[in-house]
Amino acid sequence: MASRKDGAVAEIEKKIIEAFEVFDHECNKTVDVREIGSIVRSLGCFPTEAELHELLAKVEEEEPTGYINLEKFLPVMTKVLLDRSYQPIPEDVLLHAFEALDENKCGYITKEELIKYLTEEGEPFTEEEMEDMLSTALDPETNTVRYRDYISMMIVDET
Amino acid sequence: MCVFIVDYTTSMCTPLLSVLTAIRAAILIQNWYRFTKARLETRRRYSLSIFQSIEYADEQDQLQVCNFHFFLYKHPGVSQVVDEGLSLTEFENKIDVPDSYYGPRLSFPLTVEDANALLHAFRNEQLLHARYVLQLLCETRRVLKEMPNITHLSTSYSKEITVCGDLHGNLDDLLLIFYKNGLPSEQNPYVFNGDFVDRGKNSMEILIILFAFLLIYPNDLHLNRGNHEDYIMNLRYGFTKEVSKKYKDHGKLILCLLRDVFSWLPLATIIDSKVLILHGGISDTTDLDFLNALERNELKERIPTTRLSKHIANQNVAGKTQHISSSGSTEPSGSNLPPDHALEEWKQILDILWSDPRSQNGCTPNKSRGGGCYFGPDVTAKLFERYNLKMLIRSHEFKPEGYEISHDGKVITIFSASNYYEEGSNRGAYIKLNPELIPRFVQYQVSKYTRRQNLQERVGTIESSALKSLREKIYAHRSELTSAFAQYDLNSTGRISVSDWAAAMESVLQLELPWRMLRAQLVQMTPNGEADYMSCFYDLKIGQPTKEPALVETLCRYRRDLEIIFNIIDKDHSGLISLEEFGQTWKLFASHLGIDMYDESLDKLVLSIDYNKDGHIDFNEFLEAFHVVHRLEKKANS
Repeated sequence: MASRKDGAVAEIEKKIIEAFEVFDHECNKTVDVREIGSIVRSLGCFPTEAELHELLAKVEEEEPTGYINLEKFLPVMTKVLLDRSYQPIPEDVLLHAFEALDENKCGYITKEELIKYLTEEGEPFTEEEMEDMLSTALDPETNTVRYRDYISMMIVDET
Repeated sequence: MCVFIVDYTTSMCTPLLSVLTAIRAAILIQNWYRFTKARLETRRRYSLSIFQSIEYADEQDQLQVCNFHFFLYKHPGVSQVVDEGLSLTEFENKIDVPDSYYGPRLSFPLTVEDANALLHAFRNEQLLHARYVLQLLCETRRVLKEMPNITHLSTSYSKEITVCGDLHGNLDDLLLIFYKNGLPSEQNPYVFNGDFVDRGKNSMEILIILFAFLLIYPNDLHLNRGNHEDYIMNLRYGFTKEVSKKYKDHGKLILCLLRDVFSWLPLATIIDSKVLILHGGISDTTDLDFLNALERNELKERIPTTRLSKHIANQNVAGKTQHISSSGSTEPSGSNLPPDHALEEWKQILDILWSDPRSQNGCTPNKSRGGGCYFGPDVTAKLFERYNLKMLIRSHEFKPEGYEISHDGKVITIFSASNYYEEGSNRGAYIKLNPELIPRFVQYQVSKYTRRQNLQERVGTIESSALKSLREKIYAHRSELTSAFAQYDLNSTGRISVSDWAAAMESVLQLELPWRMLRAQLVQMTPNGEADYMSCFYDLKIGQPTKEPALVETLCRYRRDLEIIFNIIDKDHSGLISLEEFGQTWKLFASHLGIDMYDESLDKLVLSIDYNKDGHIDFNEFLEAFHVVHRLEKKANS
């Protein structure tokens, strides 16, 4: 019984190490602190920025160096995966979120509205993030985001 | 009770619940978006990782057959040295340029008009006539011969010097650099840091342009030799093929002359005695004085590294070099063991053309490349102290942003071939060095699409391409993989754990990749979470079906080496070799690699390829037959 559980933990650890190494340029078991978000997400988790900051506090050095060590990251991330923290956002919940911003329930959100919501509310987008989302999501002819289409397109690309 | 929020700027009243919902919705969308972004970034990185691992593994494979090549290249057709006495007028007399040729007609000494004519012609995909190519190469050799091994430059009169890295036959990048940065001139000096050729399809045109400017502005256009300015590398990585195709009958002469020209390229450039520019890197034994003194044109192609390792080992024993007799060796007849001094010269050159910087201290052999070493910050510091240097600019390594700074700012890698692995894979860059020797970086990226692809599309393209290469490698190792999998599958169920699958993949293919991340793209899963390992090989087949899977696999794996060997044997570049030659070569090759091959199976295979039964094989057709075909092409270019 114990060995099966250990096997599962070992497998999780290997997954984490793999994801870490993708971002470890120098192959010296450290990554830039700004990549931690990408690593956590590449393992299938959906932390908010606030949750990421919490996690970072646990893995950073006493004196922040701008780098995170695998040694510190591994146990913390293993717990995250075992606890199944930062659950994924299901497609229908995402749809509801867009619908909540679509006041008139017309199936689309205008560019201005979307920019306003996403750069002023919640955990605001940077200009770069907003531009990037629009480059994929915006229908240039109508200057709106038809969110159902956008979601379908993003989900398909994942498979 | 309903609580209202009043927005005084718009005078809108919104129920509190609605505002909270909007905030929650925004957070959800932002969270999800950041997830997709991270996923894209991960896919992009592992795709580049796949490309790079396979590229280096390829270079490693080359190491194995290097001995064989070295033996083969002594073959009469190849090692002829072009008559030193060939001159411009001789080419003019011997080679006719027909009236129907509308390309540039060069007249020596070259002028800026000639250079512009060349640029214009190449933009319009014209070829420069062989006679002018040969004359150009002849003149280039004459000029290069006068130059020392290490060029010394100075930034005077407030000139900025532009340093460019690997171009690898990407003409578009060179044209873009000239467009952004201006053409070379007395006011606009350039250093090109090697690897002008191979992989891209316009290596010849790049050389022509660079050599032309070298002749026009010999004090302001500087070239350093790269590891790809080497006949053997060219055989494997595409330049030889490009020349043969473009110049047919004259191709051989051009290649011979080029071999000489390459050997006359300077090895390094030093600016203001402070900035060292060379292609690869350094080692803990790099000796700039030694490098400056050696006869660089004697060292044309890299010799097999096995001999070098013996030499290095001998050096380490008793702390001084032993003398190895130059006769009586176990090598194939026709090649004597070079004297010790030559080996030392070779090591020094190999180190500067092949080494890579790493963040760990020390100097260790460069295992990925099979030549040169990995050098750490301490090695850099020591060299700087010894020669009073401030910066090392090198190239040789692909960088997604076109450049990278390492060793605490002391080492800069500059890589100028954008989209090196695939459309969208990376930017290229060049350095502008001002008289204070502060570098400024300029990045760019060529695109074949008129509309710039968004990140999503770009990553999709790179990923498809990378996975395609990986699947080909998987196919080429099918037998080995199958037995490795079987070792974990004791009850022959056809399924093994993901962990075992990953271990097998890594040990057989010898590629350090994130196998668990790639799993979904490479192998199918059973409902209980195990890997159906044979599904790796579905959707892949060889162009020509055959009953000899092991033979086919071997041919697939060594396809590129065979291509090189055939090209060497095919003296007249006709694309044909006799069945007998093929048989002999194959036997030699196979025995060299220790591959067991039954004569009958190979004969049968060969006969089936000899379509017109005239005793000759079109080896390109033959090799095509061993190209892995992907039965289901994913939407690679949508």
